[in-house]
Amino acid sequence: MTEHQTAAVGQDTVSVVLAGVGGQGILLASEILARAALAAGFDVKTNEVHGMAQRGGSVIAQVRFGREVFSPLVARGSARVLGALERVEALRQHQFLASDGLAVVSSQMVVPVTVSSGQAAYPADVEQRLRAAFPRLVYVDAVEKATRLGNHRAANLVVLGAMAHALDLPDEAWHEAVRSSVKPQHVEVNLKAFAAGQECAQL
Amino acid sequence: MKELLSGNEAIARGAYEAGVSVATGYPGTPSTEILEAAVRFRDDIYCQWSPNEKVALEVAAGAAFTGARAIVTMKHVGLNVAADPLMTLAGTGTVGGLVIVVADDPGMHSSQNEQDTRHYARFARIPILEPSDSQEAKDFVSLGLELSERHRTPVILRTETRVSHSRSLVDVSDRKPSSKAIGFEKNPSRFVAIPLWARPMRVRAEERLETLREEVNQSPANRVEWRDRKLGILTAGIPYQYVREVFPEASVLKLGWSYPFPDELIRQFAEGVEQLLIVEELDDIVEEHVRALGISCRGKDLVPRIGELSPDVLLTVRAKLLGDRVAKPLAAGPAVRMDDLPSRPPVLCSGCPHRGIYHALGKFDVVVTGDIGCYSLGVLPPLSRMDTLVCMGAGVSMAHGMDKAGEPRRVVGILGDSTFFHSGITGLLDIAYNRGASTIIVVDNRTTAMTGHQPHPGTGHTLMGHDTPAISIEEIGRACGIKNVVTLDPYDVKKTTAVLKEAIFSDEPWLVISRGPCLLDVRQRLGTPRHVTEDVCRECGVCLKLGCPALEGGEGIPHVNPMLCAGCGLCNQVCPVGAIEFEKEATS
Repeated sequence: MTEHQTAAVGQDTVSVVLAGVGGQGILLASEILARAALAAGFDVKTNEVHGMAQRGGSVIAQVRFGREVFSPLVARGSARVLGALERVEALRQHQFLASDGLAVVSSQMVVPVTVSSGQAAYPADVEQRLRAAFPRLVYVDAVEKATRLGNHRAANLVVLGAMAHALDLPDEAWHEAVRSSVKPQHVEVNLKAFAAGQECAQL
Repeated sequence: MKELLSGNEAIARGAYEAGVSVATGYPGTPSTEILEAAVRFRDDIYCQWSPNEKVALEVAAGAAFTGARAIVTMKHVGLNVAADPLMTLAGTGTVGGLVIVVADDPGMHSSQNEQDTRHYARFARIPILEPSDSQEAKDFVSLGLELSERHRTPVILRTETRVSHSRSLVDVSDRKPSSKAIGFEKNPSRFVAIPLWARPMRVRAEERLETLREEVNQSPANRVEWRDRKLGILTAGIPYQYVREVFPEASVLKLGWSYPFPDELIRQFAEGVEQLLIVEELDDIVEEHVRALGISCRGKDLVPRIGELSPDVLLTVRAKLLGDRVAKPLAAGPAVRMDDLPSRPPVLCSGCPHRGIYHALGKFDVVVTGDIGCYSLGVLPPLSRMDTLVCMGAGVSMAHGMDKAGEPRRVVGILGDSTFFHSGITGLLDIAYNRGASTIIVVDNRTTAMTGHQPHPGTGHTLMGHDTPAISIEEIGRACGIKNVVTLDPYDVKKTTAVLKEAIFSDEPWLVISRGPCLLDVRQRLGTPRHVTEDVCRECGVCLKLGCPALEGGEGIPHVNPMLCAGCGLCNQVCPVGAIEFEKEATS
């Protein structure tokens, strides 16, 4: 890769990839991130996969922000942060992350039907592979943390909180984004989950 | 004021602001959310889901003939269904603005084929607009309506997956109601396409194309961005965004209104650059035309014609064209093993009523002609119980064809409720009329599930939220002439199997309605989670053949994930040793 090309793809634009399994709250996390970037004054584009999102398949969402964003799609090797709510899904999307990027991976394991029906095996050494693939890795049991805070479904906010560490957006922008994206009765637990995630990344 | 909108939401917003008063469509990824967003403006826009795209276009055209502004939405394959009215509407033209919004799906994220809607614009000799972000998606609705009224022509607005499902900032403003009075003006020579008047319509369509050709060169929807003149790129739609990113130094001719082709603009641009590259997604429609103009260019020799483009794809194009080296994925990152990761295709949800039917079908040596919807997922292992999929309705008609050809096995057609109303009824009529013997199963989950739970004629309510009579599939079946019409509960394994056995081996056609609501739609569990009793389970794996995501197998005793289990009870019925019980019973 020449220097010229590195600069050509998405100069000044921050790219983020979120990965997981349909139903885990990937789309909500990407919406909160987009709103936070917007609240911080950036141009924003997002991309998400619809249709199959609730049918248990692999899901990814992409968010890009900066002074002026062109492509809604992230080029390989260019994401500043990769967040994943399932560990195999983190590996599956690892090619998006820049070599100095931050990976935040929830240690959750969701067994695909391909494994249950004996067509494939769930690798036993996923954690080792994650550590080898991502020099900057935050590996956290987000579901356990969210459950302790009162709602296991807020695991996505734990991951997002840890991702925020590498995104340089003001806390107030994040909080405003959470408030405008979730139902009023869920704001508190989501803010707590976000803060718990932030703590994980600082360790 | 700026809002972060998806392309689909922006199209709905555009319709609202431009004074559209009728919006119709049939759901289809990636177009579905347009009408779902439009109905938020229900005080100003009448919105409806039609049974299929042909009907939807005809309803919108009827509205437009009275002077109303109308849009109709569909996915690319929907335009095939609506092609019949389209081709003649191109002759009659319209009075009120008529914009046909068609969403292509390059890369087939959620489609049975990959087709380029631009062909239809050329085929019908009507204008096509191609937005490249949400702002343009909104603006081009108004531009399209205005062109449509001024030139008395339907206009296609072509979006695609990455425009429809990407969010970007949009300037929103107030609604400007259309100034046209509603009232159909009798004028047979304009609106009645009998040969006598269809011949002059044909001539008028050609003349209109000439007028449009002159205007397209001046349109603000098309623009030249001069930068370095060594390389000029002609592009349209979403690839424009990739071009800006991967070729930041190049001059660009960006087409927003791409047919009829703006020849003058293309010539000027080509003369102003040393080398011309055409970057278009899917077919080489512009490139073919540019070459016919005698202009040399690069294009499909570098840019793939199959699948969707992306910054990554254009980086490869750039490398081939300019000799830059291509970026390696994860340039400096350590290599890890990836080839053994288990794939995770979408699956029927836990508790899905379709699973019971597929399990029962697994007991018979039959050919299953399938159709388009969530139940298409029954083709994948471990269910593996669907054998064909072509288009909406083909699950019914193709069963009859196999039967008439003398297929030695019995043939069963399967389709969903929304698909039945879309295109299944005529096939059923054909089976009854032409003395068929197929079994047709309607898996009736009371919604259009795959696209996100849109109402349809069988649901008893409309997109506008009004109650309406729920049309009975059973009664339609009988009215079509099918004598054997039976409704079953797909969660009852024994009865389902018995009914299918009787239907499949009968010499007469059967209509079997398998009724159970989509659990994602009604947001309910059917019972308490199941539990595998370890000392009873013999690890035979029969339960795992249901392909239920709540039943986690792999090594050892299967485990029920209580967070996913919907308590449907299929697994405890299929377990040969009674090892699966209700959680409550297991713990008591």
